[in-house]
Amino acid sequence: MIVRIMGEGQVELDNARFTELNTLDDQLLAAIQAGDEEGFRRTLDALLDAVRRLGEPLPDDSLEPSELILPSPDATLEEVRAMLRDDGLIPG
Amino acid sequence: MSGVMKRMGLIFRAKANKALDRAEDPRETLDYSYQKQLELLQKVRRGVADVATSRKRLELQLTELQRKSTTYEDQGRKALALGREDLAREALSRRAALQQQVSDLEVQHTQLQGEEEKLTVASQRLQAKVDAFRTKKETIKATYTAAQAQTQIGEAFSGISEEMGDVGLAVQRAEDKTEQLRARAGALDELLASGALDDPSGLAKDDIQAELDRLSGGSDVELELQKMKAELAGGSPQQAIEGGKPGQTSQSQPQDTPRFDKQ
Repeated sequence: MIVRIMGEGQVELDNARFTELNTLDDQLLAAIQAGDEEGFRRTLDALLDAVRRLGEPLPDDSLEPSELILPSPDATLEEVRAMLRDDGLIPG
Repeated sequence: MSGVMKRMGLIFRAKANKALDRAEDPRETLDYSYQKQLELLQKVRRGVADVATSRKRLELQLTELQRKSTTYEDQGRKALALGREDLAREALSRRAALQQQVSDLEVQHTQLQGEEEKLTVASQRLQAKVDAFRTKKETIKATYTAAQAQTQIGEAFSGISEEMGDVGLAVQRAEDKTEQLRARAGALDELLASGALDDPSGLAKDDIQAELDRLSGGSDVELELQKMKAELAGGSPQQAIEGGKPGQTSQSQPQDTPRFDKQ
């Protein structure tokens, strides 16, 4: 499965790895919904670290769409909240 | 409800599909998208240049603030040497306020450097993807059949659209940060221009400097001379300035005149 970390690029991950990532992903969503800035930052960092650790970077000239997309490491809770709205921050 | 990763993926894909669905002939979409990609590349390069310009401006201001900070430190020393602890304290207070400005600017400088590096890498990656897209586009157009078009175009188009969305957002964020810093840099320039901070030409004199000049007869040479006298006599500059010597009460001494033994 291909995952994009915004601002960093894409990595390919083995599907078997997703149990750990899904748990963190659910925690991230809960932190966003609760407006918990500290929990959001901590969970996002953990999630990004896990994806970088477990994934294999895709070459720059690949043209693959990503199955999953993660915010950039310096994204704020408000930015991510806006991105999750259908017509949020994402251009296009 | 799915988590953040999946939802963001869906949003990106939905945007790409919406654009593709609007096209009557997918080959036109490819050409149109390619033009958009080239425009974005230009925008990213402009973004890198803008950030670099702001970074250089910050560096100039940092240098200027450091220079001013050193001046206040020197004034503090000079004031102390002249026995004016009140002036020295004032000079050091101003220096402390400047150092705070310097610290803030250094943080922003680091942030700008980070933005510059990120955008440079994004620009290189986008360039590689745009090149790959151009090749793919030409291949698809050359071997075009309606049946294969949807699948091939869909994948290539989704891939590049996602990259464009990501890079477009990065450029937007960098522009916002640069704009904020420009405003701040402008405010600092105004401070420098108004004399609240010394002007870079060094022609304007602040009140501390004016007082120090008055105290030392307007001459650094005079102060240096007093300090040297004090050092030679093993006393403090202040005593030397007051005409005293260690362990000596201040009495008027006859001026040393050359004496010749008359034979």
